Amino acid sequence: MPVGGNKQAAGVTELAEAIVTSPLSGREWDVSGGSSRMLHSRVLTDYSASGFAKIAALEGGNSLEYCFGCGKCVPVCPVDLVSEYGPRKIHRAVQTGLDLFKSDELWKCTTCGNCLRVCPKEVNMIEVMPAVREVAMVEGTIPDELQQIMEKTFRYGNALGENPRRRPAWTKGAGVDVRVLASDPSPVDVLFYVEDYWSFHPRGQQAAQAFARIMTSLNVDFAILGAEEKTLGDSQRLAGEKGLFEALMEEVIDVLAKYQFNRIVTPDPHGFNALKKVYPKYGHTFEALHYSQLLAPLLEQIDFQGSLEATVTFHDPCYLGRHNGEYEAPRKIIEAIPGVKLLEMGRCRENSYCCGGGGGGMWLDGFNANHLSERLSERRVREAAATGADILAVACPYEVSRFEDAAKSTGNEGLRVMDIAEMVDIAMRGEDWRS
Amino acid sequence: MRIVVAMRQLADLVEELEVNDEGTDIDREFVKFVSNEWDEAALEEALTLKDELGATVTVVALDEPDVDQTLYAALAKGADRVVKLTGNDPDTWVRSRERAQRLASFLAGESFDLLLTGVQAADDLDGQLAGILGSLLEVPHAAVVVGVEGSDSKVRVIQEMGGGLLGVSELDLPAVLGIQAAKQTPRYAPISRIRQAMQTGEISEHEVELSDASAQVKVRRLYPPESTGAGATMLKGSPKEVAAEIIEIIKSKGLV
Ligand code: SF4
Ligand code: SF4
Repeated sequence: MPVGGNKQAAGVTELAEAIVTSPLSGREWDVSGGSSRMLHSRVLTDYSASGFAKIAALEGGNSLEYCFGCGKCVPVCPVDLVSEYGPRKIHRAVQTGLDLFKSDELWKCTTCGNCLRVCPKEVNMIEVMPAVREVAMVEGTIPDELQQIMEKTFRYGNALGENPRRRPAWTKGAGVDVRVLASDPSPVDVLFYVEDYWSFHPRGQQAAQAFARIMTSLNVDFAILGAEEKTLGDSQRLAGEKGLFEALMEEVIDVLAKYQFNRIVTPDPHGFNALKKVYPKYGHTFEALHYSQLLAPLLEQIDFQGSLEATVTFHDPCYLGRHNGEYEAPRKIIEAIPGVKLLEMGRCRENSYCCGGGGGGMWLDGFNANHLSERLSERRVREAAATGADILAVACPYEVSRFEDAAKSTGNEGLRVMDIAEMVDIAMRGEDWRS
Repeated sequence: MRIVVAMRQLADLVEELEVNDEGTDIDREFVKFVSNEWDEAALEEALTLKDELGATVTVVALDEPDVDQTLYAALAKGADRVVKLTGNDPDTWVRSRERAQRLASFLAGESFDLLLTGVQAADDLDGQLAGILGSLLEVPHAAVVVGVEGSDSKVRVIQEMGGGLLGVSELDLPAVLGIQAAKQTPRYAPISRIRQAMQTGEISEHEVELSDASAQVKVRRLYPPESTGAGATMLKGSPKEVAAEIIEIIKSKGLV
């Protein structure tokens, strides 16, 4: 008996006489008056498929309506842990009348890709969200914060709105010579594509300097584009500005055509993703490596002067791991550093949590503050701190600043956030990371 | 309603501006130029009026560095026509009076109901442009406008006054307004639209000859303010030490 003692009578649509005909044999059954019949399906009027029509009409937008509600995506969606989210919930909301084009829900997805990893129906938010966002922008719906970033990126070629001529300023503190192709255009093996946050953010610049020292000590022949470099703009693309991405790509291709190099190496998994997966679709193919992939095979050659003496946990960047399948290279590097013990977080590798920076999330902290119970970076930092590690190691230029802020705001100041290049550099030079 | 928006290009202030060797202008060689943010507000207000009442919006600007980008962006946002006035030297500083004369010379041959421009600009902080335009064109003028409501023969303008007050006035058309802020933040022009405007949109050019060039203001000296020595104290040390020192100073001044 149900709780409360009331029983709900079965509400079937009964016919006085009912004959069921087998579609195979043609045999007929008289089921009049039988039990457990529901001979007409109930008409549901609370949802329709019409909300999907406009989305499905977009290139990349058709998979949202494939969802059959199995629910596998929701527990793996990083945004759902701090809000209500995931493809299933978006699907259901659209079904019941949400206009995704005008809704704040549109901007919460970080395109981390964890839902696609588990979805049996291949509902692909990495394609759906940018397609819908692109239309929303044309129709005039874009969060103010994001609009400013897009305008800065278009105007200056970087998301930070910094003077493009200051792009190579970080090289001054590197302590090694960094060749700029514009002043010495001879052929080079590695084109080091520094990207925005290593070029301009003070903590990123430190990592860029560390990486330049490592490459120099490994005798890697490398050079940068300096003031000619512009962001590859992959996160701007995923935030909905495909036109901006394409405009940047044309300029990037023109600059790259001026120089001879064998491969492009970048610290930014987003830029790496653009070069590896998106540029070829437009007919531009380069050998692109994430910096961890360049370093991992060369580590034996490093003459480490010291030992780090630290426990370390590592955050897999979504666009290196899930999107491009590289989980080993950064781990090889961390484990090759003397005196390091690697502790994995519960969510790692394929199921790594997202720092919240992808797909435009990097520039929506203010907007998201109204929608999420805490930042994704804060949640992740608490997971990292729970391992007991001294250092949270990262391999994406977005993350040092995100996680350092999060460590402060969650009271985990004791957790140091370091780029893997900084860790290698410190051990290589025999310095103490605590100082 | 026929609305004209006058826009201008300015040195981008993310750059560190330097004064040229003659000490009469900023060094323009390596400076990036962007549109004046108050002019962007004027454009937004014009486009909002267009959305509300139906209007044609014409954007006009002098030939200045990167002005094409500003004009194409205006087309992408919804302007109907963009005009570049040539005849000035794009690489020298056009002062407000000359700018107004050049614009007025073009507007003499245009029929318009409203002329909107930014209330000020980095090189026109005293906000003269709209006022001079009003006098040259002999039409009513209002400055520091934060809202415009239009009808066919009159506009109501909301102006920022001192002491946190707003004033509402009515002006006969045509009129010139110096816009302080639009009713909403300037809209976004998706890059695909700007690029489309670059391919299909047209910038019409209109040559302006100024008859009396002698009556212009001549810049005698441009310079950064000289330091009086009694300026800021620079705090030295680690961020922690500096923070502690700041707290001490705030305490000693009785601010907390
Ligand atoms: S995993 Fe796929 S099919 Fe299942 S609920 Fe999520 S989106 Fe729908
Ligand atoms: S891509 Fe990531 S953030 Fe977006 S819905 Fe899927 S799991 Fe959630």
